[in-house]
Amino acid sequence: MLFLQQAVNGLMLGSVYVTVALAFTLTIGILNFLNFTIPTLFMFTAMVGCALAKWGVPGGLSGPLWWPVALFVSSALVVLLSLIIERFTFRYMKTKYGDSTEHAIPLVSSLGFLLVIENLVRIGYGTDAQRFPGPSMDMTLNIGGLLLRLPQVLSLVAVCFIVAGLNALLARSRIGRGLRAIAESPDAANILGVDTNRVVAAVFMLGGLLCAFAGVLFVINYGEVSPQIGEDIGSKAIAGMVIGGLGSIWGAVLGGVIIGLAEMMTIHFFGADTVQMVVWGLLILVLVIRPQGLFGHNSIGKGKL
Amino acid sequence: MSGYWAGILTILAINIIFAYAIFLPVASGQLNLGGAGFQATGAYAAAYIATQSGAGTLVTISSGAFIAGMLGWLMAYPMLRTIGVYLVLATFAFAEVVSGIVLNSQMLGGPTGMTVPNFIDWYVPGVAAIIVAIGIFYLMSTRFGLNMRACHDDDVVTDLMGVNVRSVKVVAFALGAALAGFAGALYAHAFNYVEIQTFGAMVSIYVLLYVLLGGTQTPWGPMVGATFFTILPEAIRPVLPLIKKGVIAVFGPVVPSTPPDDSWRFVILGLCTIIMMALRPEGLITSQMIARLRLRREKPLKAGGSPT
Repeated sequence: MLFLQQAVNGLMLGSVYVTVALAFTLTIGILNFLNFTIPTLFMFTAMVGCALAKWGVPGGLSGPLWWPVALFVSSALVVLLSLIIERFTFRYMKTKYGDSTEHAIPLVSSLGFLLVIENLVRIGYGTDAQRFPGPSMDMTLNIGGLLLRLPQVLSLVAVCFIVAGLNALLARSRIGRGLRAIAESPDAANILGVDTNRVVAAVFMLGGLLCAFAGVLFVINYGEVSPQIGEDIGSKAIAGMVIGGLGSIWGAVLGGVIIGLAEMMTIHFFGADTVQMVVWGLLILVLVIRPQGLFGHNSIGKGKL
Repeated sequence: MSGYWAGILTILAINIIFAYAIFLPVASGQLNLGGAGFQATGAYAAAYIATQSGAGTLVTISSGAFIAGMLGWLMAYPMLRTIGVYLVLATFAFAEVVSGIVLNSQMLGGPTGMTVPNFIDWYVPGVAAIIVAIGIFYLMSTRFGLNMRACHDDDVVTDLMGVNVRSVKVVAFALGAALAGFAGALYAHAFNYVEIQTFGAMVSIYVLLYVLLGGTQTPWGPMVGATFFTILPEAIRPVLPLIKKGVIAVFGPVVPSTPPDDSWRFVILGLCTIIMMALRPEGLITSQMIARLRLRREKPLKAGGSPT
């Protein structure tokens, strides 16, 4: 029973990884750009949302906000931030240096943004973990001895909807067709009338939204955030994405769940200290044996850096 | 020499060596985001040998560098199968695995770290940094250095020209790993204490940024980059209270906890990165700039043949 309980917990943890991994996989699959700001955007949503709910807007402009409002404001900020990042990492480089996917420049630029945002949050709100003044987590469902917390179940359902929605968006909608066209060949898409700038902005907006959603999910589920979570969760989401295969939505889903389960099972069988070793060892193993990941295509991410 | 400046010089020397360790793979076209892993390997190898055998610093430091180099050489073969984004991720994953192993190893002290005997004074890393710098300058002027640059610019053409691209990359990677191990071993002895938190994932990012901001075209780049960002926190120390006062005046004291001073330095590093990548993505020091500064003017290159 304990084993099953751990499996459920792993699934819950996995759903956070899945959401962050989806953000990664979108930018890398469509733009061939490893966006290192994604973990920090995720952290930003959680941390700023928590801070707004706890202390209110900086400068004494308001008292503590009601927690859904706080989370909404921080999510909106993250989407805005993601668009600013797009302006300075991707679009700017592209106009200036031609096809920027040939360069490591946007990747390095995004590392710069990672440092700025992460450290500004640390300066603003300190490095300590903060308790989120949100809803109480006491509602639990007891299904045959399995304890399911209500927020967990709701967020698991929400993640399923997000994956389905993203799939439908890519497969059906006009913007989805544009996204797939750009993933195939940016130049050809441009010639055939896809507004590249708009579509790229849409990728970053979607990425920002996914990060924001992951942040909200994390805050509600775990009730405690610190600036450290960007590094912790974000890097494991990267591992999940790589295991699933770069640029594949189902790869990100499977990879995120695998990492979440692997983490919980490792804790269950070997203790918490070995998690890092297992997760990253798994990643190296996948990279060496099957570099394209479980679902990935050979071509993605192979561009020269 | 006061202890304060001795400490800064030690860090500076170690950072320069570490920057060169990352410079070698980057100069041959591989972004290495796992420098901290090799540094930790060298540091822990030196620390372990020093505590177990009581060997002198010369033995421990050189064996630390050797072990890290061997590990780099062994890792290079599977890792260089991956290219582009995958290589970045593989090196990143490697560093995480190293820190995971150290955290779980009773032998290496786990999360508490271990103390290291045999203190070395600031001039040892200083001299070592000078020797390493001279060595790198020489290396980049040899045929091997030329091959490395060629691999960086276009590995397909380099391959067609009869250069064994793979072996060049492997050697550059392994040499870089050995240098990172050397830096780590020096660190272990200079501070008499190693703990894995010092070699976290962010350290790899910082050093990669030092190198890229300094410029990877010439060996001057990493030196300038590492020096600038090591001295920077000392330089901004006087103005830091002013910045803080300004921030508090604008935003008000919202937070009960005091932020670490270290963060400002990384905000500046990040801003520099964004600005540099926008304005001068090849780094601060380019080979053209060096050519212009040369006293003895060489024959100007023909159009189109400018070194990039």
